[in-house]
Amino acid sequence: MSKKLKKRIKRVGAGAAVYLAAVLFSRFAPYWEFGSWSISASLIIFLAAYIVIGGDVVKKAVKNIGQGQIFDENFLMTIATAGAFFVGEYAEAVAVMLFYQVGECFQSYAVNRSRKSIADLMDIRPDYANVIRDGAVAEVGPEEVEIGETILVKPGERIPLDGKVVKGTSSLDTMALTGESIPRDVAEGEDVISGCVNLSGVLEVQVSKEFGESTVAKILDLVENAGSKKSEAEHFITKFARYYTPVVVGLAALLALVPPLAAGGGWVDWIYRALSFLVISCPCALVISIPLSFFGGLGGASREGILIKGSNYLEALAAAEMIVMDKTGTLTKGVFGVRKIVPAEGSTEEEVLETAAYAENYSNHPISRSLVQAYGKEIDDSRIRDVEETAGHGVCAILDGQRVLAGNDKLMKNRNVEPKLPEEAGTIVHVAKEQKYLGYIVIADEVKEDAKTAVDGFRAVGMKNIVMLTGDRKKTADSIARELGITEVYAELLPGDKVEQVEKLLASKSEKGRLIFVGDGINDAPVLARADIGVAMGGLGSDAAIEAADVVIMTDEPSKIVKAMQISKKTLGIVKQNIVFAIGVKVLVLLLAAVGIASMWAAVFADVGVAVIAILNAMRAMK
Amino acid sequence: MRKTYILEELDCAHCAAEIEAAVGKLEGVTKSTVAFLTQKLTIEVDDAKADKITKEIKKVVKKYEPDVEVVEK
Repeated sequence: MSKKLKKRIKRVGAGAAVYLAAVLFSRFAPYWEFGSWSISASLIIFLAAYIVIGGDVVKKAVKNIGQGQIFDENFLMTIATAGAFFVGEYAEAVAVMLFYQVGECFQSYAVNRSRKSIADLMDIRPDYANVIRDGAVAEVGPEEVEIGETILVKPGERIPLDGKVVKGTSSLDTMALTGESIPRDVAEGEDVISGCVNLSGVLEVQVSKEFGESTVAKILDLVENAGSKKSEAEHFITKFARYYTPVVVGLAALLALVPPLAAGGGWVDWIYRALSFLVISCPCALVISIPLSFFGGLGGASREGILIKGSNYLEALAAAEMIVMDKTGTLTKGVFGVRKIVPAEGSTEEEVLETAAYAENYSNHPISRSLVQAYGKEIDDSRIRDVEETAGHGVCAILDGQRVLAGNDKLMKNRNVEPKLPEEAGTIVHVAKEQKYLGYIVIADEVKEDAKTAVDGFRAVGMKNIVMLTGDRKKTADSIARELGITEVYAELLPGDKVEQVEKLLASKSEKGRLIFVGDGINDAPVLARADIGVAMGGLGSDAAIEAADVVIMTDEPSKIVKAMQISKKTLGIVKQNIVFAIGVKVLVLLLAAVGIASMWAAVFADVGVAVIAILNAMRAMK
Repeated sequence: MRKTYILEELDCAHCAAEIEAAVGKLEGVTKSTVAFLTQKLTIEVDDAKADKITKEIKKVVKKYEPDVEVVEK
């Protein structure tokens, strides 16, 4: 809590005590009559309470009126309460000021708190770096470290700059960046990203980027600037606020003058009603709570490892009706893995895989690597000899003295082995031993664990079209689409075709609906830019993606997009609630005050009460 | 060029909007945004005017919110 706020609370508290004394005293207070007017002695003590409570408001009002600001909140409150004194409602005048102040304090407190929790959320800025210079460790600001220098990161410290581990192993907490709670292990030779917290071992890291270009600086920049891209709802509120106050003040003037002139009397009553109007004339509830909701939504999303570049995109996400995804890197891992092993009669899965892994062990081809990895056991070099690789066909070798073959159907036919015809999509490795066919292995890009959940999630949040684009073969694409439950697939596209396809889809969607494109940020920058909302996956480490996209998913889970949409929908729900609630209550109280039912008490509630409730509601967006 | 200021002690959202509009009207300023929650004023200003603009912004802010301290970032 700021000092200023504490002081204000103390003063308002003291004022409240004086006010209570005044209320008690007023029952016994003598009063003097001057013709039709009567002045109570309690006026003096009420005035004292008023000055203690609202002195600063009056002071500001006087100052601002000198600057020509007649629609200033302070000025309006001063007029309203001074007017209440004038019509003889002393207790009410002071009470209105008191409640206004209490509400303001609370509002200030709530805003400070949400500012702080958002700041905590983004508390990933490293304060210093331990750089190793001339054999000694020096603590310097992260900005001062140059590319190529080596820094020391102790357990518990935040990695200040992006770089490569040159010494040591450890595990890193990436929670603040990715929302992922499981620590990531790093060892020598691996890249590390600034913003992660080093948990266990001491690391020496060779810096690969200056601070300004490092991941942490980019993320902070992105989040801090997100507030400057405002949503339509925020623009609406700004416009609304511009007209609301003058209109209500104008109505108040009419209310104070026209009816009593027409009826030839009843001034006090009508002035009282007009004063209530002044109390309600500030649009604060909306002006504060709407940006706060969006900001909370952005903050909440970033805690999940979803960076959204502006409130406008957060707003647009809720209106998305079409999601177009690139296959490789988005729905699939982009790495080859063994999907299926189909042994022929008389053989076993184990035998097929073992034979293939041994035969392919010498090759560095990604497919060979995936076989060795799937086998998982130590390869005993002494068992294999005479390895002979034919490009585009496969491998022929001697394993345990027996001739083995591993490769495609061309290799099998060349060596007079009859392979089976597989039904599966993907790359096929046939295996044979001593001219006997053992079976085949299906190797394909692996579908991400949460891809199916993501697709189901898109459907659940009301996405009308779920589309997959890929440069891959139609058969492979169809098989993955079937597995995930995607019905719209465009395969065998060149990078340029993807833009064209997205253009077509953009033309086919409804006017208000939005199109999301999801890619891994590699080669698809033009499509990311063309879509209404471009989402880049696996933002960690890919600068191009952070630049080109509107939303960056820090992990490589497509299901985070569902999460982003849920956050977006929740935030917009809160925004709508606040708009309807605040405008609704204000209009209602204005009407009631105009006909003389609502008192100034109700007016104060419609002003600060509504603001506080709207702020509390807005803070839900963060969770 | 782009400049960023911190508006310390800014706690009235309505004033934030007014400051945003008033700064936007200053000569040489092509874009002005006040983010109430981060207390940040970001402007796009012609290079020729960039030196003098800070003083003018301070004046504008003083007019709307005398308590707010403008700090250039």
